[in-house]
Amino acid sequence: MAEFASTYPPKVIVTKIGFDGHDRGSRLVAAFLRDAGMEVIYTPPWQEVSTVVKLAIEEDAEVIGISSLATDHLLVPRLMTALREAGVDDVQVIVGGIVPARDEKLLLDAGVARVFHPGTSLEQIADEIRALSARARAMREKETP
Amino acid sequence: MNKPDQSRLYESELEQAERRWHDAYDATVSGAKHSVNRSGIDIKPLYTPRDRASENFFDDISFPGEYPNTRGIYASMHRGRSWTQRQLIGWGVPEDYNKRLKEILAHGGTALSLIPCNSVYRGYDADEVPPELLGTCGVVVNSVEDMDIALTDVPLDRISCALNDPSPFTLLALLLAVAKRRDIPWQKITGTSNQSDYLSHCVANHMFFRLALPGARRVLTDHIQFANESLPGWNPLSVVGQHTQQAGATPAEAMGFTIAAALQYAEDCIARGMDPDRFLPRFTFFFDISISFFEEIAKFRAGRRLWAKLARERLGAKDQKSWRFKFHGQTSGVDLTRQQPLNNVARVTAQAMAGIFGGLQSLHTDGYDEAVSVPTAEAARIAIATQNILREEAHLTDVIDPLGGSYYVETLTDRMQAEIEAVIARIDAAGGMYTAVEDGLVSRMIGESALAHQSKIESGEQTVVGVNAYQVDEDPHDYRSQPYPEPAAIDAQIARLKAFKRNRSNAEAAGALDDLARCAQGTANVMASIVAATAAGATHGEVCAVLRRELGFGQPLAIV
Repeated sequence: MAEFASTYPPKVIVTKIGFDGHDRGSRLVAAFLRDAGMEVIYTPPWQEVSTVVKLAIEEDAEVIGISSLATDHLLVPRLMTALREAGVDDVQVIVGGIVPARDEKLLLDAGVARVFHPGTSLEQIADEIRALSARARAMREKETP
Repeated sequence: MNKPDQSRLYESELEQAERRWHDAYDATVSGAKHSVNRSGIDIKPLYTPRDRASENFFDDISFPGEYPNTRGIYASMHRGRSWTQRQLIGWGVPEDYNKRLKEILAHGGTALSLIPCNSVYRGYDADEVPPELLGTCGVVVNSVEDMDIALTDVPLDRISCALNDPSPFTLLALLLAVAKRRDIPWQKITGTSNQSDYLSHCVANHMFFRLALPGARRVLTDHIQFANESLPGWNPLSVVGQHTQQAGATPAEAMGFTIAAALQYAEDCIARGMDPDRFLPRFTFFFDISISFFEEIAKFRAGRRLWAKLARERLGAKDQKSWRFKFHGQTSGVDLTRQQPLNNVARVTAQAMAGIFGGLQSLHTDGYDEAVSVPTAEAARIAIATQNILREEAHLTDVIDPLGGSYYVETLTDRMQAEIEAVIARIDAAGGMYTAVEDGLVSRMIGESALAHQSKIESGEQTVVGVNAYQVDEDPHDYRSQPYPEPAAIDAQIARLKAFKRNRSNAEAAGALDDLARCAQGTANVMASIVAATAAGATHGEVCAVLRRELGFGQPLAIV
C-alpha cells in the first residue's frame, strides 16, 4: 500500500473562485503540473466555494490551488470554513497570484498551507505541491485504521 | 530604393562594405549571441540599406495621415495634439470614484475612464454577491443614481468617457440616463465602449464575458448600429489586443487576433446591411505595450498599415477615415515584478516610449505597484508624471514617427506584418475569428505561447531583473498596498441600492424589463431597449439577468 502511495501521482485541483476571469496563471500552472506528471483537475474561473468543496470530495484531491489576481483571495477564508464544515481537513490549500503582504497572514491564519507570489518558478510550485500531497496522504493514512 | 543615382557600382560597394563589417563583427564577438524576439523573428546585429532594397516609399511608408498610414493616422500626430492621458480608475463606492476622478483631472488627465467592480463585470448588483469583494478593484455602479454620484460635477458634454463596459453595455445605458437627467443631448456625449470585444473576452479574459457567444454577437452588432444612429460622438467598438497579449499571445499573434476580430465584427455589420464607411470610422483598438521595445513599435506600425489595406481592399471602405487605426495603449502589467517594485517605473517608461513611438492616440501607464496590489494613489500619480516627463522634458513628440526610415524599424515592421498576416490567414482558414474562438483554436495558441514565454524566463534565457537575475534580499511587507473599502461604506452602498429599488416606480421598471425580454426574443435592436430600461429605473444586474435568461449565459472555455 505504501509503495502504491508513493508511485501514483499527486492529485491537485487548479481553480479560481469569485468574479475575476484572468486565467493565464491558472492555465499556465495547470499545464505545467500536468506535464510534470501530476493528475490535474482544472476548472475555468468563477467557481462557487461550494462547488470547489464538492469537487475536492468527489475527486479525493490532495491539494487545491486557488489562483487569484483581483482580490478574489478574500473569499479563501470562506473556502477554508466550508472545507472544515464538510469534514475535509487533510486537503492542502495553496493560493497563487496577486496577494498583498498584509493579506498573506489572513490566509495563513485561515489554514492556507502556502501563498505563492509573482515571480515564483513553476518548478518550485511543483516541488512544494509534491510535498503537500505527501503530507495530505500521510494524514489520511493516519486516519485510516 | 528608387533613387536613380544609386548605381550598380554603389550597390556592389555597399555589399563589400557590409561583408567587411560582418567579418570585423564576427572577429570581435566570436559565438555572437543569437537574438529572437517574442514573436519568433530572428534579430540581426545590424540593418543596412541592403535590407531595404525592395522598398517602395509611397506604398510602404509614405506620409503621416496618408495611405497606408504607416507613419500615423493624422497629418500632425503628437506634434499637433498630445495623446489622451487616460488612466483607468475605479475603487470603492461612487463617492470614492468621484473624488479620485477629480484628482486625476486636476493633475493633467484629459478624459475619464471607469472601471467597475468585478461584481459588475460579472453582471450582478451589489445586493447579489459576497460583500467582502465589493469595491476592491473597481467602483460599484448599479443604478442611474450611482452613476450620477460617480460623475458629480464632471462636465459630460466636454469630456470623453471611456467605460469598461462589456456587452450588454449597461454602463453606457446608465451614462445616457444621467445625461437625460442633466438635460445634456446625446449628440454631445463622446467616448468609447472599452470592453465591447466579446471574442477577446471569451478567449482570453473571462472577466468581461457575460453572454453566450451567439447572444453576444447579436448584442454587439445592435450596439454598433444604435451608436451609429443615435450617438454620433461615441465609439461603440474597441477591439482589444491587450487581453490576448496579457494572456500570453506573442505581440504578432495579439495583433493578428485583433485584426481578425475586427474583420469579423465588420463583416457581421456588413451582413446586417450596414455601410462600412458609416461604422468603420468609429472602430477603435486597444493594445498591450510590452517591454520588447522595437518589437512593439513595429507591431503598431505594421498593424496600422495592414488595417488600412484591409479596410480599403477587403471591407471596401472608400473614406480615408474608415482606414484609420485609432488605438489606445496600456503598458503591460505582466512584465511588471513584485520583486523590487520601484524598478517597474523604469519598465513602464520603456513601455510607454514604445507606445508613443508606435503612434498611439491614448495611453494608460501602469502604476509601479501593479504586481503588489490594486494601484495606490501615489503610484497612479507617478504613472501620469511619466507621460508628462516623456512628452515635455524628453521631447519625444517633437518629430512625427521619429523612427520611420530606420533600417531596423522599417525591416522589422515588414517582418512583423508578415507574421501578423500569417496569423490572420490561419484564422481565416479556420472559418474566421468567431469560429476559431468557438472551436478553441485561439485559446490553444495563446496557451502554448504563454508556456513558451514562461519557460524562457525559468531557463534564464529571458532576463527579468529581480526575478531570475540581480535579486536582492527585501521584505515584501515594506510595500504599501491599496486598502480595501471600509465595510461600513459598502453596507451603506448596498442599503442605497435597496432604497433605490424601493423608491422607484416598480411598475415602470418591470415593464421596461419585460419589453427588453420581448425585444431579445425578437429581432429589434436590443440596445435601444437596454437604454430605455435603465432610464426607467432598471438596474445593471436586472438588465443582465434578463439577457442571461433570454440569450444564454457565457460559459468560460476550459482549455489547458
